[in-house]
Order: sequence, then C-alpha cells, then structure tokens
Amino acid sequence: MSGVAPAGRLAPRHDPAWLGRLFWTAAALALLWPLLVASEFRPWTLLGHENLAVTARFVRGFLPPALAPDFLWRVARETWRTVAIATAGMTLALGVAVPLALLSTRVLSLSALGGRMARGAFWMRQALRALLVVLRSVPELVWALVFVRVVGLGPTSGVFAIALTYGGMLGKVYGEILESGDAHVTATLLRNGSGRLQAFLFGLLPQNGAELASYTVYRWECAIRSSVVLGFVGAGGLGQLLDGSMKMFEGGEVATILLVFFALVAVADWLSAALRRVLG
Amino acid sequence: MRAARISGRAANPPYKLPPPLFDARCRTCWIVLGLIVLVIASFWTLDLQWAQFLSPGAAQDMLRFVGEFFPPDAHPAFLRRVLAASWETLAMSAVGTLLASGAGIVLALPASRGHAGERALARLPMRLLLNALRAIPELAWAGLLLISAGLGPLAGTLALAAHTTGVLGRLFVEAIENAPPGPAAALRIQGVGGARVFLYATLPQLLPQLTSYALYRWENNIRAAAVLGVVGAGGLGQLLAFHMGLFQMGKTATVLLAMLALVALVDVASYALRAALQR
Repeated sequence: MSGVAPAGRLAPRHDPAWLGRLFWTAAALALLWPLLVASEFRPWTLLGHENLAVTARFVRGFLPPALAPDFLWRVARETWRTVAIATAGMTLALGVAVPLALLSTRVLSLSALGGRMARGAFWMRQALRALLVVLRSVPELVWALVFVRVVGLGPTSGVFAIALTYGGMLGKVYGEILESGDAHVTATLLRNGSGRLQAFLFGLLPQNGAELASYTVYRWECAIRSSVVLGFVGAGGLGQLLDGSMKMFEGGEVATILLVFFALVAVADWLSAALRRVLG
Repeated sequence: MRAARISGRAANPPYKLPPPLFDARCRTCWIVLGLIVLVIASFWTLDLQWAQFLSPGAAQDMLRFVGEFFPPDAHPAFLRRVLAASWETLAMSAVGTLLASGAGIVLALPASRGHAGERALARLPMRLLLNALRAIPELAWAGLLLISAGLGPLAGTLALAAHTTGVLGRLFVEAIENAPPGPAAALRIQGVGGARVFLYATLPQLLPQLTSYALYRWENNIRAAAVLGVVGAGGLGQLLAFHMGLFQMGKTATVLLAMLALVALVDVASYALRAALQR
C-alpha cells in the first residue's frame, strides 16, 4: 500500500554524501601535512612584528611611483629590450621547432601509409622526440646561466636560452597538433605521389594553421614573461632593472616597473586576442 | 569548345590569378607586415654576439663547460641534500598550486555571472586584481615576498601561489560562465540559494575541468619552483645557484639531473591524473 514512503520524495535536509566528503577531506589534509611541513608553510611569520614593519616601509615606498624622465626613459628602453629578446628568441625557436616537428610527426611518414612505419623512420622519429624532450625540460633560466658563462652578460644568452627551451616546447606541441587533426587529406596527397613538404603545405597547414598560429601567439606571451625572468640572471631588460631596484629598496621604482608589467600583459592579451580573431 | 563559348560558360571554371600579395584593405596583410617589422627590429636593436656565439672558440668553451659537468657528484651525503631539496621543491609547487586553486575559485566567483540573467558581483575589480597577480612573473613575486617572508621556501610557495592565482582565476571565470546551465537552473527554480546552487550543481560539473587546469599549472609550477631558489627562495634552485656560483660543476650536474627527474615525475603524475579524470 504505502510501500513507497512519501518522505522519500522530499529533498533530504542534509547532504546525503557528507560522510564520504568528510573522509576525503580528512585524507587530503593528512596527505597535505608533510608537504606543508616541507615548504615551511607558516604564513603567520608574515604578520610578525618585525616583518610587518619592513613590509610596511617597503610598500609605503611604492607611493608615489618613480616618474623622473630619465628613469622613465630607461624603463622604456628596457621594456623594448624585454620584448625584443622574447621576439628574437621566438623567431629562432621557430627555426628549431618547425623542422623538428615536420621530421618527427607521424602524419608525414610515407611508410606509415602502408600501415606500419619502417623501422629506421620509427627510430629516427623517437630520437627527435627525445631531443625535443631534453630541450624543453631544462628550464630556460638554466640554459641562460650556462650561456652567460660562455658569451658573458647581455641579451645574447637570453635569446638563445628562449630559443632552445621554446624550440622544444613548440616542436612538441606542433607535432601533437598536426597529428590530432584529420589526416585524410594529407594521406590522400601522399598516396597520389605528392612530396611530403607539398602534403604539409597544401594539406596539413591549411587545416591546422589557425591552431598553430594561436598556440604560437600564446607562447610568445609566455616568452615575454620568461625574458623578464631571464633579466634576473643578467640577460638585460626589465628583470635586471627590477632586480637592481629591489636590492636598493627603491619602492617607487619597483612600483613603476610593476605597472609596466601590468601594461605589458594587457597589451599582449589584447594583441593575441586580435591576432586570433584575424587568423582563426 | 564551341558549345562552351555559345553557352557563355567554360566547361571547367577558368583559372583566376591569385590575389595580390599585399593589399591595403587586407587586415591580415598589415598584421603580418607588422610582425615582420617587429622581428627585424628586435634582431636589429639587440646587437647579438653571433660571431662570439658561433665561433669555434665559443663551441670549444661550451664543450669544455659541459665537459666539466661530468662526472656528476654522487656522494651519498650530497645526494641526501639533493633529495631533501627536491622534496622541498615538490612541496613548494604542490602547495603553491593548491593555494592558487582555492584562491582562484574565491576570486573567480565574484568575477563571473552565475546565470545569463544575472550580473557579476564585481567583475571589473576582480579582473583587474587577477590580471595584476598574473602580470608579475613568479620570480619577481619571489623577490618581492622575500622582503616580508624572509629567505626560504615560504616566499617561493607564496610567489607561485600569487602568480598562479591570476592565471587560474582567469581560466576559472571562463569555465564557470561556460558551464551547462541546466542543473543549476533546476535547483534555482526549486528555491535553492546561490551558494548551494554553486556547490551542488555548478561545481560538480566543473570539477574535472578545474582540476585539469590546476594539474597543467602544476606542471608549469614545478619548473618555476625548480628555479625560484636562484633568488633565495629555497629548493633545488638555491642549491643550483650556490654550487654554480662556486664553480662546483659536478654538484651542479647532480642538481640539474634531479631537476630533470622531478619535472619528468610531475609530468607523468599529472598526465596519469588527467587521464584518470577523463575516464
């Protein structure tokens, strides 16, 4: 008769899964604990009396931002330098990434058309992939530290560091993008006797061009941030300027440079959105 | 032939000349031209030392420099220190990413619309805040935070968290606004409040996506955490800067190998977790 209790139709008053949630939260906290210990996570030290005083003095120095004409001129020059290092590095990175991606992608293999890739071609592709992995897993800062030893301080080491790391990243992702799309057109071209470069230019590139371009623009944004970071090891640009100002406790100058970072990211966002709209 | 002429249409469409390479009304042309100018100007103004870099002397220098890395120092006592530093780096990156995920959600909520008919609580201020957090690179954050947190991994963790909050917050805003509206609407029609709608309808739908964003950033952050120590924020980077400064190349090589291993480990872990999420 009343086998189905009407109460069962009412929404439960409490979360029916609370026990499971509680358990998983506790488990996560237990896992997190050693990590917190290892990273010496004691945020209350920030609020310690001395630290607070130092921070307050430093932050108070931020206002007003340094606006002396010769300092602004220097900031403008270093900003251009940062952008130029990123752009030149990306250009060289393309020179590394495009050939490696073309050589290592499976879609452009002739022997793979028959079902299985020839052994020589397979191992060559694996070797190139390994090279890409090595290139991108060494952080650009480490490359820069190595190059600074060889060519001395200056933008050269920054440009080459970005070229190598970003060459590895772009090469890997280009290869993945080329392989992710529909391979039918390219395979047809190859089967009908077109060269591999032709198959790429008339089959793969039109299909994947927008995605490739949009990823490149995104990485260019990242390269600008990297080139700021490389300044900290002496590659020039905004990073070096910021490092100097921070060491001198010049709050006003630091504030100006941080504002420039903000503007730079805003401009890069706007530019990459516009580029994607045009290319996509 | 004649039939085609009579009907006024070619049997095959006639060949057209390709469009001119540059046209003043073509926006893409202007953008490509601008990019070429930017690239040329960059190389022009940087006065790169190609000669010095590509000369046989430089190649020899570099080979000798790389040769000094061998053999890597494998002394047990030193290995223990490298292991401790690796653990510290791993902890920094994981805690930083976790903090950033939490803060990212907290900041993304006021910046996003709950549903199409609603206005975001504080879209502009939150966007500005997220952009400001994102605009300052991790290493610059670390340099700034060293002043108030002192030397050590805490400054590095907070620096990673600050920058990553900006990045993740922006992604979270988009994810929240693009979530399928059905389940949330169903709850809202029943009179359920905003917080519970988010917790029981929107969040469960988004959780896999948010987690995969966070895991991607974790891969990024382990790389950043490995080098943050160069400014004194703990972990492997600090060890690297120290031994490289003293020209102890064998020890530097060990630290570099540890970095590579750690990065590979996190990549594999993150890949496995993301694959598990998609299933």
